[in-house]
Amino acid sequence: MELSFSPADLEFRAEVREWLRTHVPTTPLPSLETEEGFAAHRRWERTLYETGLSVVAWPEEFGGRDASLVQWLLFEEEYYAAGAPGRVGQNGIFLLAPTLFEHGTAEQRHRFLPRMADGTDVWAQAWSEPEAGSDLAGIRSRAHRVDGGWRLSGQKTWSSRAAFADRAFGLFRTDPEAERHRGLTYFLFPLDAEGVTVRPIGRLDGKPAFAEIFLDEVFVPDADVLGEVGNGWRVAMSTASSERGLSLRSPGRFLAAARRLVESWRPRPESTARDGVVDAWIGAQAYRLATFETVSRILDGDSVGPEASLNKVYWSQLDIALHETALELLGPSAELTPNAPEAPEAGAWLDGYLFSLAGPIYAGTNEIQRNVIAERVLGLPRGSR
Amino acid sequence: MKFTRTSQQQDMATALRDLLGSVDVPAIARSWAAGETGDWWKVWHDLVDMGLTGVAVPEQAGGLGLGPVELAICLEQLGYSGLPGPIVESLAVLPHLLPDTSESEGRPWLEQVAAGQSLATVAIAEHVPYALDADQADVVLLCESDRVTAVEDPRLLRQESFDPARRLFTVETTGATVRFQNDAASVREAFDRGALGCAAQLLGIGRRLLDLATRHVSERHQFGRPIGEFQAVKHHLANALLELEFARPLVHGACLSATSGASCSGRDASAAKIVAGDAAYAAARTALQVHGAIGYTTEHDLHLWLTKATALRSAWGTPTWHRRRVADALALDPSVPVGGPETM
Repeated sequence: MELSFSPADLEFRAEVREWLRTHVPTTPLPSLETEEGFAAHRRWERTLYETGLSVVAWPEEFGGRDASLVQWLLFEEEYYAAGAPGRVGQNGIFLLAPTLFEHGTAEQRHRFLPRMADGTDVWAQAWSEPEAGSDLAGIRSRAHRVDGGWRLSGQKTWSSRAAFADRAFGLFRTDPEAERHRGLTYFLFPLDAEGVTVRPIGRLDGKPAFAEIFLDEVFVPDADVLGEVGNGWRVAMSTASSERGLSLRSPGRFLAAARRLVESWRPRPESTARDGVVDAWIGAQAYRLATFETVSRILDGDSVGPEASLNKVYWSQLDIALHETALELLGPSAELTPNAPEAPEAGAWLDGYLFSLAGPIYAGTNEIQRNVIAERVLGLPRGSR
Repeated sequence: MKFTRTSQQQDMATALRDLLGSVDVPAIARSWAAGETGDWWKVWHDLVDMGLTGVAVPEQAGGLGLGPVELAICLEQLGYSGLPGPIVESLAVLPHLLPDTSESEGRPWLEQVAAGQSLATVAIAEHVPYALDADQADVVLLCESDRVTAVEDPRLLRQESFDPARRLFTVETTGATVRFQNDAASVREAFDRGALGCAAQLLGIGRRLLDLATRHVSERHQFGRPIGEFQAVKHHLANALLELEFARPLVHGACLSATSGASCSGRDASAAKIVAGDAAYAAARTALQVHGAIGYTTEHDLHLWLTKATALRSAWGTPTWHRRRVADALALDPSVPVGGPETM
């Protein structure tokens, strides 16, 4: 048992660190959840792409650097430690791209991935529906066969980034006779297509961080079906496991946040928030080490199974606890939003807290994850709910 | 990078698990608590034959010369089994209290303990005031700052523990004593190894509690179905597993900084002890709750691990003390990760 990095890994990290040191904007970009901020973040994606750092783990032919899993984790540590902007392309890069690599055709990969890598296309996920949240198999949106493709109709909701994004991916029922997980197909569609209406939804702070998507007979060609027709559930689940597993929330962001929390606490070491600071720092360290343990197992040829659910519950709880501690440290200024002239650190902690509150809800609620852990990791009887 | 057990380390864990699985450890723990120690000594001699008592003792003193990782792997298995005795004291602490240099007065003790000819226990000022199982030990090592005193045949006053198999004693130095001068750093390091060893033991204890709970809720029926079908029960168990699964990497990380002698090794042992203690305690509370009344008895074996998890949480430094130590370390330098600078 050991934990060290090869000279090539360290060289890669040094290069990333140096580039970030000289290129990360010194003043934070405007919020990702505004039109202006979205555009600024898109330009940042382009900058990252031009230096070969937007999708380091992808193959070179799609704009990546063939970085190993370990190198990707080191990249993430550096990226967040440098205080670099949030990734507007997150959902495409970390949720859709793994699915395209696994189930997409060569033509689809060449058509979609480079434009995703450089920020030309920002993707939104279109999983949830008004009647299909945790019970995703309750999807009602449907697609019917037409000449050369399909016509999509229905309603998607809680679609992150959809207010300003270019394209979306989601499941639609292609076999009206089939029930639950069967008869679903994975579609890729443009958000500006005829028949698509996007209605932004204000999240807890009113910013349009997600949206409803209404589809009325939207034409999608056969070329934009991902995986086999009727096999959408299995195709989507490969995305869901990468979302919960390693890729959605790497340790880097929590390590950086915990480090910033320690720095906020250091001038007042006797604060009552001290134990919370210690626990948050230890929690981020535990997540880092657990991730290297998982990566070691993957390198030994194992795959990540239902234990990915443990990760999702862990980081989402850690994120909230960390930010609650930060707000305690800020005292009466904690409630000041980024718009308040006297907001400490430009309201960044409150913004982070707001974001963390969604963690136990998205990507499969923590209650669903606990069911998965109990049934598929501990082997408890499934039974009725 | 390979931050998982090597095949040799895995083999070691399996061999120990097989040996401990072949004996009735709950019965041994009950008799040990009652002062009938014969069966315990039989198992102990089997463990000695495996080389367990010398795992962390240098080869020149007759040990296996292995490191903190191997030690943690063994202690996790011992915790899982529920075997009582001064295990952390003998295996993890002693090799750091007794210098292994040939001119050292402690060297003969080290050799005898490694060879299983002697059983040793310790008391360390402030955090480990009572010597565990001192009446069974051939020597008690009393530590205060840089002073280590070996006491043979001391006068002992029994202090009953919440875990009846933890037989604690106040030690009065009236017997034959030998004093060693050790450096304060070594005594501190010995304490840190005890805290880290205790953390590893707690991982095993916590996992056993979770396994007992999992089995019970799969077998126990109410309302016509196994209670493990109820989500309220499932979620308790899932939470217990969550804490244990994220405690183990921290214990292993602390083992790496202990191995390299990094200056953060004390901080990392504290982090491991806090989290493993909390995780085992949470597993204990969960196991008790899902067992219902039967878990609240001495008739059921659950109490053997439940009381140990509770006792060990405040042994080898309380969570509050360890949190303060991590805080003090972070106030000085928050840049080095758990595992030491080589893992950055």
